[in-house]
Amino acid sequence: MLVDFFQTMREYRVPCSIREYLDLINACKHHLAFADLDDFYQLSRICLVKDERHFDKFDKAFAHYFEGIDRLDEVLMSAKGIPEEWMKSEFERLFSKEEMDAIESQGGFDELMKKFRERLAEQEKRHRGGNKMIGTGGTSPFGADGFNPEGMRVQQGRSRHKRAIKVWEQRNYRNLDDDVELGIRNIKVALRRLRKFARQGAAEELDLDDTISSTANNAGFLDIKLVPERHNAVKVLLFFDIGGTMDPFVRICEELFSAAKTEFKHMETFYFHNCLYESVWKDNRRRSNERTKTWDIMRKFTKDYKVIFVGDAMMAPYEVTHVGGSVEHWNDEPGAAWLARMKEHFSKVVWLNPVPDSQWGWSGSLNAIRDIMEDNMYPLTINGLEDAMRELSR
Amino acid sequence: MKFTGTKEYVATSELQMAVNAAITLQRPLLIKGEPGTGKTMLAEQLAEALDTPLIQWHIKSTTKAHQGLYEYDAVSRLRDSQLGNESVKDIANYIKKGKLWEAFTGDKPPVLLIDEIDKADIEFPNDLLLELDKMEFFVYETQERIVAKHRPIIIITSNNEKELPDAFLRRCFFHYIDFPDKETMQKIVDVHFPDIKKTLLAEAMDVFFDLRKVPGLKKKPSTSELVDWLKLLLADDVDPETLRSKETAIPPLYGAMVKNEQDVELLQKLAFMSRRKG
Repeated sequence: MLVDFFQTMREYRVPCSIREYLDLINACKHHLAFADLDDFYQLSRICLVKDERHFDKFDKAFAHYFEGIDRLDEVLMSAKGIPEEWMKSEFERLFSKEEMDAIESQGGFDELMKKFRERLAEQEKRHRGGNKMIGTGGTSPFGADGFNPEGMRVQQGRSRHKRAIKVWEQRNYRNLDDDVELGIRNIKVALRRLRKFARQGAAEELDLDDTISSTANNAGFLDIKLVPERHNAVKVLLFFDIGGTMDPFVRICEELFSAAKTEFKHMETFYFHNCLYESVWKDNRRRSNERTKTWDIMRKFTKDYKVIFVGDAMMAPYEVTHVGGSVEHWNDEPGAAWLARMKEHFSKVVWLNPVPDSQWGWSGSLNAIRDIMEDNMYPLTINGLEDAMRELSR
Repeated sequence: MKFTGTKEYVATSELQMAVNAAITLQRPLLIKGEPGTGKTMLAEQLAEALDTPLIQWHIKSTTKAHQGLYEYDAVSRLRDSQLGNESVKDIANYIKKGKLWEAFTGDKPPVLLIDEIDKADIEFPNDLLLELDKMEFFVYETQERIVAKHRPIIIITSNNEKELPDAFLRRCFFHYIDFPDKETMQKIVDVHFPDIKKTLLAEAMDVFFDLRKVPGLKKKPSTSELVDWLKLLLADDVDPETLRSKETAIPPLYGAMVKNEQDVELLQKLAFMSRRKG
């Protein structure tokens, strides 16, 4: 019973286990949902999905299972004889901004349509061959029956389910999927890898062992001993690149900053522009007159501070490698020297880069910095962040 | 036992399904959702609807799992032993029952609310696995096994501040309370203010949903804020006209809806800009 349904869920990477599957069957046995697709949708989601991040995958899997149709084929089938303008507006509805951009970058909508039509010719033959899947379903993503003679749906008898079908076809939860989004919570969870507990601060927890032994030493008179509570003792220095090319990444940096602020008790933040030189600043409004010397940072903070640079590392190569290369002032020593000095003083240094790592290849300055960092540059994604934290806590 | 919402609580069909599945299959129900969408309220209303006691366990960052089972007060026993107090002979005098124990031994199956489980340490849910699964635990000090007379109905709420472990999630049913659409919202408001002036309500709802659309708000106003705001509007007897007029641009009594300094600043900026345009 429902084994295929369960398998479909697994195929779509909805993380559900056998236990949850048995729960669902048990729930069906209790007639919590009976002969009503709408109810079954709700019930199966309650049983199988344990995090709203997976709702989108669940919706896709559910739609797939109950339509029995490869949805792409549907698109292809219906791409015949439809006014292009109309298709286009439908595409805009179906695809997110990013996806549209991706289409644009691959030659635009017209190119895509051409490919579609080519594929359509092949597809048509195959499906005429009697793959019954086409027959069973077919609310095509393009919906209206009139446009889609082949894929028309046996819809008459099922209209009562319309509402629920809409729910999973709308994919209301698409932005909750964590593959796409790096939220504050996700960042916090990733940063948590860096925890290291130590007892510090005011003594307020009862130390039972010590109390017992000192009471015994005290000839049986109670002698209560307290120890401080355990706290996260990791110390972090954060350096943010600010202004210029970093402007598109302000939001993600803000998220990282606010997550880090609550995670680490000992954290100091500094700003720099493009590359690290002889001084940094703590307050962007007073960057011109209140600067901290980079030397002072190295003198003040011990080597057990973990150092995280956040920046896109995109600049002219001479800003890293040459004396006087800075775009803002005359620097007596190249940025590379300062970065190397930091790397030498602090035992753990990583660089987080908000630019996706697929675009790293062609920037000279980026690779120069990456070399100085001994390859410890990570993209600012969940995975990258986790790798970076693993490196820092090693 | 079937839960269909109460006089004061509007439950969507999905929520009803979730609650009823949890009751029937005797599984804890994990509720997530934006703050202010009535997660905690659900447990209160459920207890009322089923006419059973409600036991609330509010979780803080310092809460430990075993505090929900029982606590052994070793210090006061040590002190009593020095004073020669008789009660020291029986260790049971120093065992304090926790919320779970209380829930396990009630006469009726109670509703147990474990509120904001994400506030606790990251290991907290893992420490409760067996207890929630088998509905029993062992008191080492008295060598006593506590088994639930009736399995309580457990409602767990989370604000998503921490990721919950998989093993824990697998034992729960899960429901995400969506932000109510306009229709549901109307029902909710009707329930709270049956005699609210129709025009005022319509205007207020428009303002409210517009406000939620303002990009860049740190904390979007939610249902509970709307209800508070309506209360204030009613108490102040604000004219629907005032709400509609675009001149002010900042809704009156906005303090009830916008709780963040930066958000207020943002709204004021937007208002200023819209005035200039006008």
